[in-house]
Amino acid sequence: MNTLLHLIQKEFKLELRRKAVISGITLYLFSLVFICYITFSLRQNSISPATWSALFWLVILFSVVNSVAKSFIGERKGIFIYYYTMASPQVIILSKIIYNTILCLLLSLAGYFLFSLFMQQVITDHLLFLVTLVLTSFGFSSSLSLISGIASKTNNSNILMAVLSFPVVIAVLLMAIKITKNAVDGIERAASMDELLNLLAINCILTALAYLLFPYIWRS
Amino acid sequence: MKSWLKITAVVLLVYVHVGGLLFDVPRLDILNETIRALYFHVPMWFGMVLLFLASLVFAIRYLIKPNPLDDWYAVEFANVGILLGVLGILSGMVWANYTWGSPWHGDPKQNGAAIALLVYLAYFVLRGSLDNEEQRARLSAVYNIFAFFAMVPLIFIIPRLTSSMHPGSGGNPGFNMYDLDSKMRMVFYPAVMGWFLIGLWVVFLRVRIRKVQERLLELEDEAMQPVK
Repeated sequence: MNTLLHLIQKEFKLELRRKAVISGITLYLFSLVFICYITFSLRQNSISPATWSALFWLVILFSVVNSVAKSFIGERKGIFIYYYTMASPQVIILSKIIYNTILCLLLSLAGYFLFSLFMQQVITDHLLFLVTLVLTSFGFSSSLSLISGIASKTNNSNILMAVLSFPVVIAVLLMAIKITKNAVDGIERAASMDELLNLLAINCILTALAYLLFPYIWRS
Repeated sequence: MKSWLKITAVVLLVYVHVGGLLFDVPRLDILNETIRALYFHVPMWFGMVLLFLASLVFAIRYLIKPNPLDDWYAVEFANVGILLGVLGILSGMVWANYTWGSPWHGDPKQNGAAIALLVYLAYFVLRGSLDNEEQRARLSAVYNIFAFFAMVPLIFIIPRLTSSMHPGSGGNPGFNMYDLDSKMRMVFYPAVMGWFLIGLWVVFLRVRIRKVQERLLELEDEAMQPVK
C-alpha cells in the first residue's frame, strides 16, 4: 500500500517536472478542439447534440490514447530497473492505472471546458455527465495502461498503441456516447442507470484483467 | 486428428449443402428462400466464436506453462477463426442485401462483428512486430486474453441493449422464430458441427506444417555444422 502511494507520488512529481510533456498534451487537446471548430465552421452554424457528443468523445479518445501511451512507451530503460527493485508488478500497474485515471479525468474536464467555450454548452445534467467522465476515464486508463505495456515492447510502438487499443476501448466509448446523449437531453437519471452499470461492469472486467495479466508482460 | 472426425466433418458439410439447398423451409415474408442462408451464415459465426474460444484457451495455457506448441495452436485457431469470420461477414452481407436492402446496414451486431475481426487482425500485427519468439508468444497471449474479454460485451451484450435487426435482440424474437418446425434444426446443428470440425482440421494441418518446418530448420542447422 505504501509503495503504491509512493509510486503515484513519483508519477506526479515526474510529470510536474517535465513541463514540456504537459504543455504538449494540452496543446494537442487544444488543437484537436480547434480543428473541430474550424472544420465545422461553428460560428455560422451549430451542430446537433449527437454530433457534439461524438466529436467530444473522439477528441478525448485521441488525446487520452496519446497521453496514456507514454506511461510505458517513453520511459527510459533505467526506470524499469528501478521499478523492479522497488515493487511488484501488481503494485506498478495499479499505480499506473490510478495515476492515468486522474490524468484522463483532468484531460476530459479540460476538453469539456474547451468544448463549451468554442462550441455550445449542450449538457443539461451535469452530475450525470461528471459521473460518466469519471467512469470512462477509469475504463480508458485501465485498458490503455496494459496495452501501453504491451506496445512498449515492440519496435513500432506508437502505431501499435493505436491499433491495439481502439478495438478494446470501443465498448467503453459506445456506453459513454449513449449516456452523454441522455445527459444532453436531460432525461431522468433512471433511464441511464443501465448504461452506467454496464460501464462499471466493463471497467471492473478491464481492471481485473489488467491486474492479472500485467505480471506476464513485465517478466522480461 | 482422428480420421473418423475428418470423415464426419466432410459428411456433415456435404449433408448441410445438399440438405440446406433442397429441404423444405418455412415460407416467411421478406425472407422467402433466403432463409437458407441461415444454414451457412450463422453456423460460420458459431464456428468462429468456438475457434476464438479455443484460441483463448491455448493462450491461457501458454501463460500458465510456456510451451511453443500452445502458442502455435493459439495462432492457428485465431487464423482459421478469422477466415470463418470473413466468410460469415460476406455471406451475411449477401443475405442482408436481399432482406434489408443493402449489404452494410450499420446493425449493432454487424459492427460488433467487424470490430471482433479488427481485434484479431491487430493481434497479428502485434505478432508481426515482435522479433523475439518467446516474447512474441507471451505478449500476444496477453493481448489475446485481454481483447477477448474486452470484446465479449461488444458481441453479446451491446446488440441486446440496442435495437438490432438480428434475432434475439432489442425485443426481436430469438432464434426459435425461424425453426419453429424443427426441420431447420436438423440442418442447422450439423452445420455448426461441420464448420467447427473443418476449422479444427485446418488448424491441425497448419500446426503440423509448422512442426515440419521447425524440424527442417533444425536439420538444416545440423547440416551447416562444419564436418570434423
